[in-house]
Amino acid sequence: MTINATTYAELQEIAARYPQERSGLLPMLHLVQSTEGRVTADGINACAEILGLTAAEVSGVATFYTMYKRKPVGEHHVGVCTNTLCAVMGGDQIFAELKEHLQVGNDETTTDGKVTLEHVECNAACDYAPVVMVNWEFFDNQTPESAKQLVDDLRAGKTVTASRGAKICSWREAERVLAGFDDGRADEGPSAGEASLAGLRTLDGDQ
Amino acid sequence: MTSPITPVLTANWGTDRSWTLDAYTAQGGYQALATALTKTPDEVVAAVKDSGLRGRGGAGFPTGMKWGFLPPYDDNDPQSRYLVVNADESEPGTCKDIPLMMASPHTLVEGVIISSYAIRAKQAFIYVRGEVLHVIRRLRAAVAEAYAAGHLGPDSPAGVDLIVHAGAGAYICGEETALLDSLEGRRGQPRLRPPFPAVAGLYARPTVINNVESIASVPAIIGKGADWFAGLGTEKSKGFVIYSLSGHVTRPGQYEAPLGITLRELLDLAGGVRHGHQLKFWTPGGSSTPLLTDAHLDVPLDYEGVGAAGSMLGTRALQIFDETTCVVRAVLRWSEFYKHESCGKCTPCREGTWWLVQVLTRLEAGNGSEADLDQLLDQCENIAGRSFCALGDGATSPVVSSVQLFREEYLAHLEHGGCPFDAAASTAWAPRRQSQEVHA
Amino acid sequence: MSDLVKKDKVTLTIDGKPVTVPAGTLVIRAAEQVGVQVPRFCDHPLLAPVGACRQCLVEVPDGGNGRPIPKPQASCTLTCAEGMVVETQVTNAVAEKAQRGVMELLLINHPLDCPVCDKGGECPLQNQAMSNGQGESRFAAQEGVKRTFEKPIPISPQILLDRERCIVCQRCTRFAAEIPGDPGIALIQRGASQQIGTATDAPFDSYFSGNIVQICPVGALTSADYRFRARPFDLVSSPSIAEHDSCGAAIRVDHRRGKVVRRLAGNDPEVNEEWISDKDRYAFRYQRPAARLTHPLVRDAESGELRAASWPEAFTVAARGLAAAKAASGVGVLTGGRVTGEDAYAYSKFARVALGTNDIDFRARPHSAEEAAFLASTVALASDVSYADLDRARVVLLLGLEPEDEAGTLFLRLRKAVAAGLEVVSVAPFASRGLRKLNGRLVPAAPGEEAIAIAALEVDKDTIVLVGERLATSPGALSAAAALAARSGARLAWVPRRAGDRGAVETGCLPNLLPGGRPVEEPAARIDIGEAWGITHLPATDGRDGAAILAAAASGELGGLVIGGVDLDDLADPAAARAAIEAAGFVVSLELTETDVTRAADVVFPVAPTTEKAGMFVTWEGRPRTFAKIFDVPGSLADLRVLAGIADEMGTTLGFSTTDGARAEMEQVGPWDGARPAAPTVAPAHARKVLKTKLALATWKQLVGHGSLLEDADVLLETQRPAVARINAETHEMLRGSSEVTLTGDRGQVTLPVEVTDLPEGVVWVPANAWPGGVLATLSGPGGSVSVKGVQR
Repeated sequence: MTINATTYAELQEIAARYPQERSGLLPMLHLVQSTEGRVTADGINACAEILGLTAAEVSGVATFYTMYKRKPVGEHHVGVCTNTLCAVMGGDQIFAELKEHLQVGNDETTTDGKVTLEHVECNAACDYAPVVMVNWEFFDNQTPESAKQLVDDLRAGKTVTASRGAKICSWREAERVLAGFDDGRADEGPSAGEASLAGLRTLDGDQ
Repeated sequence: MTSPITPVLTANWGTDRSWTLDAYTAQGGYQALATALTKTPDEVVAAVKDSGLRGRGGAGFPTGMKWGFLPPYDDNDPQSRYLVVNADESEPGTCKDIPLMMASPHTLVEGVIISSYAIRAKQAFIYVRGEVLHVIRRLRAAVAEAYAAGHLGPDSPAGVDLIVHAGAGAYICGEETALLDSLEGRRGQPRLRPPFPAVAGLYARPTVINNVESIASVPAIIGKGADWFAGLGTEKSKGFVIYSLSGHVTRPGQYEAPLGITLRELLDLAGGVRHGHQLKFWTPGGSSTPLLTDAHLDVPLDYEGVGAAGSMLGTRALQIFDETTCVVRAVLRWSEFYKHESCGKCTPCREGTWWLVQVLTRLEAGNGSEADLDQLLDQCENIAGRSFCALGDGATSPVVSSVQLFREEYLAHLEHGGCPFDAAASTAWAPRRQSQEVHA
Repeated sequence: MSDLVKKDKVTLTIDGKPVTVPAGTLVIRAAEQVGVQVPRFCDHPLLAPVGACRQCLVEVPDGGNGRPIPKPQASCTLTCAEGMVVETQVTNAVAEKAQRGVMELLLINHPLDCPVCDKGGECPLQNQAMSNGQGESRFAAQEGVKRTFEKPIPISPQILLDRERCIVCQRCTRFAAEIPGDPGIALIQRGASQQIGTATDAPFDSYFSGNIVQICPVGALTSADYRFRARPFDLVSSPSIAEHDSCGAAIRVDHRRGKVVRRLAGNDPEVNEEWISDKDRYAFRYQRPAARLTHPLVRDAESGELRAASWPEAFTVAARGLAAAKAASGVGVLTGGRVTGEDAYAYSKFARVALGTNDIDFRARPHSAEEAAFLASTVALASDVSYADLDRARVVLLLGLEPEDEAGTLFLRLRKAVAAGLEVVSVAPFASRGLRKLNGRLVPAAPGEEAIAIAALEVDKDTIVLVGERLATSPGALSAAAALAARSGARLAWVPRRAGDRGAVETGCLPNLLPGGRPVEEPAARIDIGEAWGITHLPATDGRDGAAILAAAASGELGGLVIGGVDLDDLADPAAARAAIEAAGFVVSLELTETDVTRAADVVFPVAPTTEKAGMFVTWEGRPRTFAKIFDVPGSLADLRVLAGIADEMGTTLGFSTTDGARAEMEQVGPWDGARPAAPTVAPAHARKVLKTKLALATWKQLVGHGSLLEDADVLLETQRPAVARINAETHEMLRGSSEVTLTGDRGQVTLPVEVTDLPEGVVWVPANAWPGGVLATLSGPGGSVSVKGVQR
């Protein structure tokens, strides 16, 4: 399948946002993922054509960054932080139990195509460890049980809301936001989680 | 006793809809911008210099001095320079910029406008890591509001345009020249220096790159005065910072305080190490800073104090590990992280992290000999200071410091034929007091 | 201000020895000047520094500011500073340990397949490991697991990549991006998985790809052409000069037992630096194909068949036949463009002395009388432009010249100059890939309308005008080029495609020129040459040019032909040329292999390829490039020796029978010091009538394509750019967006995929040599037009 005209025009639109078009490449590849479900050869060729690069140069960029996937991603991307702190706090156990529960290995997708499981590196939410990310939204203070419930809900198509964020969209929709196309959901979710406010709380006499 | 907590950047995080322009403005937001616009750009630079603000991204380089490295402004070349905010927060343990941008993106936007005005940049970028979807939504919404309110845009008083740019997953892009390459749509690999970004940065134009917290501190400096800021903190480490406590601590989270506070004080505020356990080791500023132990509880957490203790203040990412934690496992996991995130450009980091992981995996499994520990240190000597950028140095920090501090624990793995720890005891849901004592 | 002015020299100390170098010099190179070789892999003096491998770490106790640099520094990225103190592995233990450490790390994942690696024996990594690596592997002792990849993967038909051996020094990717501008290979993946790669289904496509094999400091890149063929220590290396274009690239010929095994780029900073094209590198097997002629042939009077003959017999038969033809009606000489300067001189003298004629032409391609006049007026004896001048020029104007296809070394030198600020402007039908890589500006001109475009140009004296051979097919264009240079003061050089062309001009292989740029019709010039040659009579009027010679042979006006190394498909009318040779009364052919010419000839002399004779090519600049004989093969004679033999039998003499002899005489004859003939003033052709279905045909030969010198270069031919027909959007629309078109010309038709290109109205472009026979033999004559039809699939 080739990149359709709408997407092609949006790719050009992204490139045009920047003082130099090549700066648009990362968001452009996010957009390719949102429409193609991964970074495809056609997507690479389209980006290369728009930016006047070779496909090899675009491939070099696309394979450098871990958010770009060459295999099809499921409807939802579930990332379990297994960097040291989250791992120690239980991320390793969560990841192991999710693999078992979903019957998939790392970077694999459930047979129903709903969930791709991956262990991820530190996602800057250490004060909420262990952390699970769904389509790059925060699910704080997870346990094996909460994480299994989370993926079950995702597979069942239930509405799931991030701890600090919005109601969960699909991975492709998230990629579209990363590409710079607003989905109007910035106002969902809280200002901050409890841990973010821990210092402030000490002033409330809340100790 | 008065609380050492000084909420400035974090002050409005608990406010209802704190991320909106209305809420921000209601709390006095954008008044600092108005103040700044009454000054000349050079006066703003001078104020930041006078405040003593040092880079909050880890290196601690004086922000005003960094701005001063830009070549003199050329009126005939108005698009000639850029401000880039490093919002790629990825250093393990570091979790301050993300909540800041989530809760109060306007603080950063206001800081960007003032800073751009000061350095006479007409185009600014916030390069934010891609894996934080909602933060990106909030930042973009704030930028849109700031445009609508006339704070941003070519016709705004400061005449600044601001683009929120999402990365795509690469720790190395926190390194400022790798970030520039990434922002130019390339592989995020560090550049040769010289030329330095101040001379030839983004698009080979003069560029200032600052951390989120540094730029977010600028409105407060302008609003409350450089003297006020310089009056906080210690002699050489001025002002307030966000300390991020995580791990085996009763109330993990963000604690904003003047530089120089100690971990003991912070732990007091946070309810101490989790109940029934003792501090074993901690990172002062992320995994790239050498580990410290309970011997360092009273080290002033400023650039000089932590440096004197043999580590680095870094990003003030205080990851707290209690006695249930196996330091070998922790260090192996960090090494796997550095191997995964090594950009591949230079030999010592690319091949060195590959090898470190293999040696540590072996040791954690209880294989090898004590000689392997000395060899491990020698390997680290061949990586640190030999690699192209600081990632290689960072990769060796936890290894070297852990062997120095916990050599016995490594040997215990060899004697035990594997890890003597119960990983379950370290988890957040471990039953209280089920922990196992190893240092009996 | 004066103390702010940068000094142009700095003095530093390396391993205790003071050294003064130009400001900006890298420490690694300054170290070489004090005799210290700092080990390195990623560093290459012609590529931008990258500091990736870290092998060249040195200590800097004083950075020139009185303070030490705290960490060891990569000397390949460190610029020398006044007062700097550097200590290398020779004097500093930290530097020495740092280098050992890097070497160990480079080897942990390197496979132990040196015994089967092409690079073994000439491998910088192997050499470095042998000289200061560790005998025992600590990694192996710990049962370390090496990174593995699928063994070599092709990144093009020619180049294979073994990722296990790769140390990701980026020499290849930097070369591809910086030198030819072909970034079809790139770093992909990251960290320990980082590797060199191409995009899916997009092989590395570069005319200069072989250079990456040569500069790879390990055995990661190998060529299909050379793979597993030899060990470097079994090879003998001889310097030579590439024979594929007029650039004069220095090459190194590696051979074993009388056979060339491979060719490498030589290092000549004034010419090709350290790069050559893939044609220069891989097209050499024509020199030893199975079909190579081994002995003379003469046509048997009774059977009418060619039969083997002894050299004396062949000389006798040839001499007798030529004498008879000369007496009856005359003999014409066609030399081809591949002759060495000395051989060309022999042909030139042979025509005048033995055959008494000015009917001689080296231009085995479409040509014109205007061109002959231009060569006489503007090219012969000129050496106004050199490679180095390109770096100093403000603008280079390309007229009917595609350097990437026609003059690879020139293309790379232009790229280098462009990087330093040169502006390139090209008069051509479209902006070719080569022009885009030169950041060039196009002045569009339909074929035949170049003269009009040139006349409208404004240039200044800081411009260099480079004229290609295809302007000869565009009436008035060469006149316009000469006039442009004359009125602006711009310097002009003619850049022919072939190695022998410029030498043939200088030696008088033209109907209007004698050796040394002497005009035939200038009495003083004839007297000059007559004195030098010791003869009293030289034909006083311009002779026939190539086309006229063939026409005269066909009509019987000329009784004989001497043809040296001409591929008939290169000529303006291949079919007519074949007919003319058939019709000619007596034909003598000097050739490497059996061709249509030898098959029709009455006497055939095998001649030596460049490896088996000494000689000289004159570059487009006018720079003589001499090369020595590599193989001493009995019975393999240079053209000049054959011509001397025939002349002797004809009762006259060339006066020399060796290359040295010819060269000595050429020097003695020297250049003409009289006035140059006036430049031609041919008026531009009338603007063509633009037709919708009959398109003007634009074409030129691509670097890699069908031709006699690519015989047996099978892998190289696989890297040929895909043949396409370029049409503009308007034509494409008219053809309802067809993805293929059939073009029909006066000589045949061809069906090709379409590439929509910004071309002038009513123009189609096809490559001239993309299929056997090429455009001239199978589609259309020069300056022709073709009808176009969309192919519906």
